[in-house]
Amino acid sequence: MNRIERVSRRGFLGTAFGAGALVLGVQINEVEGATPAWMPSVYLGIEPNGTAVIVAHRSEMGTGIRTVLPMVVADELEADWKKVRIEQALGDVKYGSQNTDGSCSIRDFYDAMRAAGATVRLMLEQSAAKKWNVPVSECKGQNHFVVHAKSGKKAGYGELVKVASTLPVPKKGEWTLKPESEFRYIGKEMPTMEQGDHTRGAGKFGIDAKMPGMLYASIERPPVLGAKLKSFDDTAAKQVKGVVRTATIDAFKPPHNFQALGGVAVLADSTWAAAQGRKKLKVEWDLGPNGSFDSAKDKAEIMAKAMQPGKVVRNIGDVDKAFAAATNLHEASYYIPLLSHAPMEPPAAVAEWKDGKVVTYAATQNPQAVQESVASAMGIKKEDVTCHVTLLGGGFGRKSKPDYVCEAAMLSKTVGKPVKVVFSREDDIKFDFYHANAGMYMKAALDEKGRPTAWLHRSVFPSIGSTFDATAEYGQEFEMGMGWVDLPYAIANHRAENGPHKNHVRIGWMRAVAHIYHAFAIHSFVDELAAKAGRDRVEYILDLLGPDRKVPIEPVGMKYWNNDQGQDTYPVDTARLKRVVELVAEKSGWANKKPQKGRALGIAAHRSFLSYVAAVVEVVVDERGRVTIPRVDIAIDAGRIINPERAKSQLEGAAVFGTSLAMMGEITAADGRIVQSNFNNYPVARMPEAPLVTHVHLVPSNALPAGIGEPGVPPIAPAITSAIFAATGKRVRELPIRKTKLV
Amino acid sequence: MIQLKVNGSARKFDGDPEMPLLWYLRDVLNYTGTKFGCGAGLCGACTVHVNGEAIRSCVTTMKDAAGKAITTIEGLGAKQEHPLQAAWKQCNVSQCGYCQSGQIMQAAALLKAKPKPSDADIDTAMQGNICRCGTYQRIRQAIKIAAEVKA
Repeated sequence: MNRIERVSRRGFLGTAFGAGALVLGVQINEVEGATPAWMPSVYLGIEPNGTAVIVAHRSEMGTGIRTVLPMVVADELEADWKKVRIEQALGDVKYGSQNTDGSCSIRDFYDAMRAAGATVRLMLEQSAAKKWNVPVSECKGQNHFVVHAKSGKKAGYGELVKVASTLPVPKKGEWTLKPESEFRYIGKEMPTMEQGDHTRGAGKFGIDAKMPGMLYASIERPPVLGAKLKSFDDTAAKQVKGVVRTATIDAFKPPHNFQALGGVAVLADSTWAAAQGRKKLKVEWDLGPNGSFDSAKDKAEIMAKAMQPGKVVRNIGDVDKAFAAATNLHEASYYIPLLSHAPMEPPAAVAEWKDGKVVTYAATQNPQAVQESVASAMGIKKEDVTCHVTLLGGGFGRKSKPDYVCEAAMLSKTVGKPVKVVFSREDDIKFDFYHANAGMYMKAALDEKGRPTAWLHRSVFPSIGSTFDATAEYGQEFEMGMGWVDLPYAIANHRAENGPHKNHVRIGWMRAVAHIYHAFAIHSFVDELAAKAGRDRVEYILDLLGPDRKVPIEPVGMKYWNNDQGQDTYPVDTARLKRVVELVAEKSGWANKKPQKGRALGIAAHRSFLSYVAAVVEVVVDERGRVTIPRVDIAIDAGRIINPERAKSQLEGAAVFGTSLAMMGEITAADGRIVQSNFNNYPVARMPEAPLVTHVHLVPSNALPAGIGEPGVPPIAPAITSAIFAATGKRVRELPIRKTKLV
Repeated sequence: MIQLKVNGSARKFDGDPEMPLLWYLRDVLNYTGTKFGCGAGLCGACTVHVNGEAIRSCVTTMKDAAGKAITTIEGLGAKQEHPLQAAWKQCNVSQCGYCQSGQIMQAAALLKAKPKPSDADIDTAMQGNICRCGTYQRIRQAIKIAAEVKA
């Protein structure tokens, strides 16, 4: 038998949600004891009834990946989509990386998914060939049947499983991929599997997971990073009806990594009782060195450092010499504050410690990180942590960091029952891994046409590296490689410098990560240079990009990150960036929409996650300075796109996410504590503030697949400020825009 | 003892009368389609109907729900799919899907009050419902499609 792998038969619905009779809309896909599927691949199997079971090993947080990767498998399998069932994978190294992050699911697994489909299709064809005693070359998988054209024989996939399961799994080179002309699903607009469930409230998220006998926890965490518990009084908390007990969680040992922060938990028989009990806790903290952290001071420190020479991370020509010789110089500084992810579903997980092992149901982007982090917290092997992945109510990078799962597991061990941890919104905003605040200083020497002959870009920000190394003060290779050291413009003299900065809160990656601040500074500066030269911004950007070429990126003291891809396979290609600029200009009607007072277009173009994106944003600034966005156009070249419908939805969403961070997002700290707490003081774009309509323009391409989920975000903020300048003459150099009076 | 109706069924509750309806629906009745988002009436994820009106169940106490008829997302299309649910699918509105129960419940109340809403009506009615994925333009489109169907 070749039953090499077999995924969990019951899936998470069966165990986590099936218990209560009142659970509505839950369909238990599997019946215990049913004939198991034949699983010749970790990603794919066929049940005897013919159903193709495709394993989604990446997390569904809204990108559609739980549908889109299976489309690739189904295509090569020649599966009938109606006979496909998606099964969510547990965390397991056998799937390869499951960290649903970095806009890389398609890029990293397109080939593997095709291979899985092609392998199983061949085995079914071989099974049919045996059955009919004909050469396998004459048998062809077609829409869930194997067909023998010569004889007109036809057999369903289900009836071929028995013999197929006795065959050796073909190796690479034995199976062949379908020609593109026969693609059935790849490149087609298909709805995601969960659309129907979501209209009935039937999608099951981490916050919906239940385990029999579980307690609900509400945790009072250290208000300052690194604060230590001095004392607590839980007398009143324990008197609240429904509260069962309290329990402490040990503070993390630096570096904080994805460890639980520590604190005092109130455990109760309902979410409400736990929260009420927590309010009655009296807790005293030793705040430690971060207790004096203050965002105003931090910003001043960052901006001062940005004026000082830093560590050189890219160097072409001689910037100093060019500056000394120049008669026309331009300089500007930019700042972006800390930001919080604020997914609509806050971090949520339920976990049970039993007999030295942990079982958890978690809204996680990274189930293998759950295994590692929980195992480390409990002192067990990661194989002894079973992580079921639920749907995620948004992730944006927050749910790659499983501190909340560690909390649930640690509390379960303490109380001897399964424990559910759900962050309140206040917990979510105050205990995030924040998007870094960043200060950037830019200086350029300009020629007679206003083009830069020399370009200096200093960038200072607390590094995500501080999550893993408490002493880290300089940017990581990946942070510098995000739209900064890979500046694609044709400039003879170019230097990038990184200044050191210490973190005082947890810093983490958020949708588009370091591209956000680098894109804001670079494209704002380009916009300023175009304005200074009195040139059309589209024409100026195209000129700046120079002749069509692949720009070799050679940073100083590190390799160019390039999303861990080679520059031979994924070069920085100015022709592709130009193409999206030209496309978005055409589609937005750029040439005919000249700026008017109070209404204008803005543009920015940026390569990120190996994709090329240009955005044109139209803003209206009314007489009170209120900004609305009637229209956004985004053009993207992401190489081959599997599901154009989901690609469009991701870019529509990116325009809104970009609008939120540009217009209103800001996290600050005072006395070490995060000031913001909920959507009243950490606003995100609501319907009237979001772009009224976003038109997405996909560049048709057979190039290697690149990112979709994140690349739409970076150009939005600088395109908005570009438009605001054109409409008002006001230059916004600091986000969020709401802090600048526009009229 | 608090008595109320949820999705047509009579219910009794003898717990904390100050407990928000949201947690009764989710923790006690397992109607998990109604979502927690903010706990402060700021995001709309917990929107349900009380006597036909859209309210935020995270800030509505059990005491205030007493004697009322509650409809959750699970009850909205229980007999027959609501035109909004069909329109939502037609437009592939959902990304993560988490806020969509609240969005649909809010939109259902809007269409009941204003069968042919203008863009401004939609903005006013829907601005309390946050979608962090940014599906607003499709929500707007779906509401308009459903309004056509209903009319």
